[in-house]
Order: sequence, then C-alpha cells, then structure tokens
Amino acid sequence: MVPLWMYLFVAAALFCIGAYGVFARRNAVAILMGIELMLNAVNINLVAFWRYQTPFVMSGQVFAAFVFVVAAAEAAVGLAIIISIYRNRRSVIVEDVDLLKW
Amino acid sequence: MEFNIHSIVFLIFSVITLGGGLGTVTSRNLIHGAVYLIVSLFGVAGLFILLSAPFLAAIQVLVYIGAIAILIIFAVMLTRSMTRMTEIYNRQWSLSLVVSALLFVLLLVGIILPVWGPGTANAALQPSELVATTVDLGVAFVDGNQFVLPFEVASLLLTAAMIGAIVIARDRD
Amino acid sequence: MPTFDEFAPIGALLILSVVMVALITIISRLFGPYRPSLRKTAPYESGMKPIGPAVRRFPVRFYLIAVLFILFDIEVVFMLPWAVVFRQLGLFALIEMVIFIAILLVGYFYAWRKGALEWE
Repeated sequence: MVPLWMYLFVAAALFCIGAYGVFARRNAVAILMGIELMLNAVNINLVAFWRYQTPFVMSGQVFAAFVFVVAAAEAAVGLAIIISIYRNRRSVIVEDVDLLKW
Repeated sequence: MEFNIHSIVFLIFSVITLGGGLGTVTSRNLIHGAVYLIVSLFGVAGLFILLSAPFLAAIQVLVYIGAIAILIIFAVMLTRSMTRMTEIYNRQWSLSLVVSALLFVLLLVGIILPVWGPGTANAALQPSELVATTVDLGVAFVDGNQFVLPFEVASLLLTAAMIGAIVIARDRD
Repeated sequence: MPTFDEFAPIGALLILSVVMVALITIISRLFGPYRPSLRKTAPYESGMKPIGPAVRRFPVRFYLIAVLFILFDIEVVFMLPWAVVFRQLGLFALIEMVIFIAILLVGYFYAWRKGALEWE
C-alpha cells in the first residue's frame, strides 16, 4: 500500500509547480493554467485525506466535487475577462494591463 | 513500503502528473502547454482511481479534460497569444522559482514529514477497504442532513458564472 | 483494493494503446521511405486547399458556446449521483433537483434572450 504522505508529497509538488506558473508567467492564459494545477493539487489532498482518515463521511469527495464546480466557474469567467482585455488592449501579457498602476 | 503493482502504478501516475505540470509551466507555445495540462489532469484522474474515487476520476476526465482544457485552448486561439513566443517569463521569474522551491520545502519539512511522514504515528494509517460508491455520494448530495445547501448554491454559482461570462465576453456590436 | 482491481482492464487497454501507437510510429519511421514534396506535406493531402493559416483569430461565438457547454456539463455531472439515489429518497430529492434546475434555467433564459445561443 502507498502511504498517505506520498500522496501529500505529489500534491505539494504539483501545487508548487502551479504556483511557480502563476508567479512567473507573463501570459494571462498561462497563469490560469497554473491556477488549474494548484486546484488539482488541492483535490488530490482532499481525496487522499478522505480515503485515509474519514472514509465513512463523504465530505472529502463532496468538497472535491465542489472544487470542480468552482474551477469551471473560475475558468469560464476568468477566460472571458482575458478575452475582454485582449479585445480592448490587444494584449494578454499581464504587465501591459497597468491602467490602475500609476 | 513494499513494491507491488499498486505502488508501481502510483509511481507512473505521479510522474505523469508532475511531468505534465512541469511541461505546462515551461512550454513556450501555449497550445503545447494546454496539451501538457491535459496530460497532468489525466494523471490526477489516475490518482483518484488509486484512491478508490472512481466517480471523481470520471468527472475529472469529463469536466476537466473534456471541458475546461478545451475552453483554455479556445481562449488561446481567440487571443492569438501563441504567436508571441518571446519572453514567456516576467522579470521576477528567478525569485518566483526560489519562492516556489521554498514553499515546497516548507510544506515537506514543516508539515508532511513530521506529521504524516514515515516513522510517525500517522504513517501506519491504512486506507479502509470500504468502497464508497456513487450511491453514497448521491446520498451525501441530496440527504437533508448533509450537503443540500451547498448543492443548491453550486447551481447559483454556475448561473452567476454563465451570466458573467456572457456579459463580459460578448461582442458589443 | 476493489476499485483498483475493477479498473485493471482499462489499465491494460491504456498500456496496449500506448504500445500500439508507439510501435506503429516507430516501424513506419524506420522502414517507410520519406520523400516529402509540397503536395504531400499539405494539411489535407489531395483534399481541399487551406484558405489561410490555422493560427488566425477565432470569432468569440465559439467561446460563448464552449462556456454554455461547460456549465451544463457540470449540471449533468451533478444529476448523475442524484439519479442513482432518486428511488431511495423520493419526493424530497425531486424537489431539490427542481430547485437546482430552476436556478440554472434563469441563466439559460438569460443566455437565450441575449442571443448567445444563436450563431448569427
């Protein structure tokens, strides 16, 4: 059997990879992809803890299902914002969107 | 930990997940990045099956790979951003590399190894042989004592996201 | 691991498909003659001529259709576990799902009135 900490290890590594993508990329769509990776890391953690700690209560799986809903809503609205920015400023590089930074 | 087929499959899916993640954040062409993201999400689906959550694995393939990844690819095509291939990282990329690595070390040494790591009391924890089916998940969603209200609020969130996306993305003319 | 054993055929199928694709690609790369010409490397060989590069900007209609698809996709995913337990819980579950769908119908009618469902 694979012990619990190995799942947590993989999830932590995936979270940090996603965080690096969010911190370092310039393209807004790439930043959104990094956020998706971080959400997936959280999902691995939720399901792993559910499996090893409280398999009788379904809260871990239910939380993971709601993370799916939030991820879908976030992707839909976030990408719509990116498309709107592209239409107005002809760029999806986040450094170019600095109207509020004087 | 003994090396049986279970741990080998775990190793394969972990490598798929992390390799896809690395490809996502490092690829120049955003279409390639989206394909790497699909690979990574598929690895996560495999981990869900190893954790006895087959319904979540199915949702992962249906919703994440079948819908969210496609949405991201559409957004890449709509913004024509893959033609700008110079300078994919911003000025602070080296600092963010250090911060991400430090975060990983912190999570590992500060939380995972001392509390759930090998040698601690939690390391002997075994996953139960209990199989949670889709029936249990359905009962959790619609049973009055469990998750009814979040279930309805999820629908409200989806409606808000739909209206928001239409308002923001629609052409004026 | 009961779930793990159940998914063994899918794992076998996965391994088989990867091995097959790799094998066929490697064999054709090793033994097939490779003499490219302009006509052979065209995107649709002996088909229609491409009218422009594939990287041009797509109209935003595609995105709106994709957004509507993803949100109703999630809705159906939530209906599946409900449908499995519907007989156990009866009227209460039915009322719940009616509320769930009624809230989503508001968004659906909004999309309809705003013309997001029409192509032109």
